[in-house]
Amino acid sequence: MGKSPLDPILSGERLALARLLTEVENDSPAARLMLDNLFPHTGKAHLIGVTGAPGTGKSSLVNQIALHYRRTSEANPRRVAIVAVDPTSPFTGGAVLGDRVRMRDLAGDPGVFIRSMASRGSLGGLAQATAGMVQVFDAAGFEIILIETVGAGQTEVDIARLAHTTLVVESPGLGDDIQAIKAGILEIADILVINKADLPGVENAESALRGMLSLAHPVQKIFHHSQDMSLPEIKTPEALQWEPPLLRTIATDGTGVEELLAAIDQHALHLRQSGGWKRREQARLEAELQTLLTGTLVAEFRANIPAERYNELVEQLVQRTLSPNEAVKILFKRRA
Amino acid sequence: MSERKIRVLVAKPGLDGHDRGAKVVARALRDAGMEVIYTGLRQTPEMVAEAALQEDVDIVGLSILSGAHMTLIPRILELLKTNGQDRVKVFVGGIIPDEDCPRLKEIGVTAIYGPGAPIEKIVNDIRLALEPAS
Repeated sequence: MGKSPLDPILSGERLALARLLTEVENDSPAARLMLDNLFPHTGKAHLIGVTGAPGTGKSSLVNQIALHYRRTSEANPRRVAIVAVDPTSPFTGGAVLGDRVRMRDLAGDPGVFIRSMASRGSLGGLAQATAGMVQVFDAAGFEIILIETVGAGQTEVDIARLAHTTLVVESPGLGDDIQAIKAGILEIADILVINKADLPGVENAESALRGMLSLAHPVQKIFHHSQDMSLPEIKTPEALQWEPPLLRTIATDGTGVEELLAAIDQHALHLRQSGGWKRREQARLEAELQTLLTGTLVAEFRANIPAERYNELVEQLVQRTLSPNEAVKILFKRRA
Repeated sequence: MSERKIRVLVAKPGLDGHDRGAKVVARALRDAGMEVIYTGLRQTPEMVAEAALQEDVDIVGLSILSGAHMTLIPRILELLKTNGQDRVKVFVGGIIPDEDCPRLKEIGVTAIYGPGAPIEKIVNDIRLALEPAS
């Protein structure tokens, strides 16, 4: 058998996998080459995004979801990969990644691979790195990939959009119905989970969310680079029929997780039957292409501008003798 | 962007339940710009080694106050080696009697810190330990 550097990844060798994930996260040239070669092997996994405000119990819930996936299909349990994103300090560049604390039940199971990831700095870079890591897991044969993010902004929404199925996790007492109205994040939910359902206030939270859901999902939408691109044509009536279910869970003891898994699987089935799976894949890959294209174009453009000239313009901006728009015009003219 | 961040696993193997020290160190390393994966209390050597592998860390920091270090640490070092992570440096903090230190260093522990060790020193030692490798 010919030895290819892909083999250890495709056969799911854990050390090779872990090292490649680091390379991908650092966006090294070697990693890009590997991703290129792995790409034909991807597209098989069910990507599940889990997002929601800090403290809603996302990590505990992810732990339970993974446990149940490993337990329920006993004959041939699905392999589960988890990408857990925590924020990087904007001041020091460091991070404390603590999601594993809640995932100790999964230790010792060779069918589970948990990788923590710091959000680091760059705009768009995080989504790109996450996409790369997901591709590695996908190629390595993990059938279920859970992506856990802190639901605190647009980047997280971008990451959640990587997923086929997005869970938005809420918990009682985190905010009133005004929060529910504000939260654009509700609109990306395929399944809404009220975790910590044993806490008081769960009825209020549920009725507020139910009210918002009926408003948030009048038509099916695909959000793409923050623009609302409502589907131009709706071919199948099924496309309209997915109404995000609202489920209660208690992640600390596993209550409601079985129902949640059923809903996740049902959503996957719905996507496949309605053609939504393909549409999401297309939107996702197109967004990835656009991000890469933007990055490459900017890098190439910048390479042709002498650093002194660039800094000069920045200095002019600081002096307010030039506006950012004018600076862009000057840079473009210079090149033409 | 492609600058390699130092990744550190901070783990508490064994049965003692005092993780204040481990948390202080985790925070200090974060403030030094490192990415710290914190695993929480009561980890078995197997759990520590598995986390170190999955997270592809450069450093494993162990906090042990229970007195079981001469059992736990050799086991963790052995598992790291079995997993192919020979290059991972192991730092230990906690209550380690002086007479145990030579033996621990002999089997591969890079540094050992007792109570009151200055955090700047730990940060510096980590940076120094990784320098020739990268």
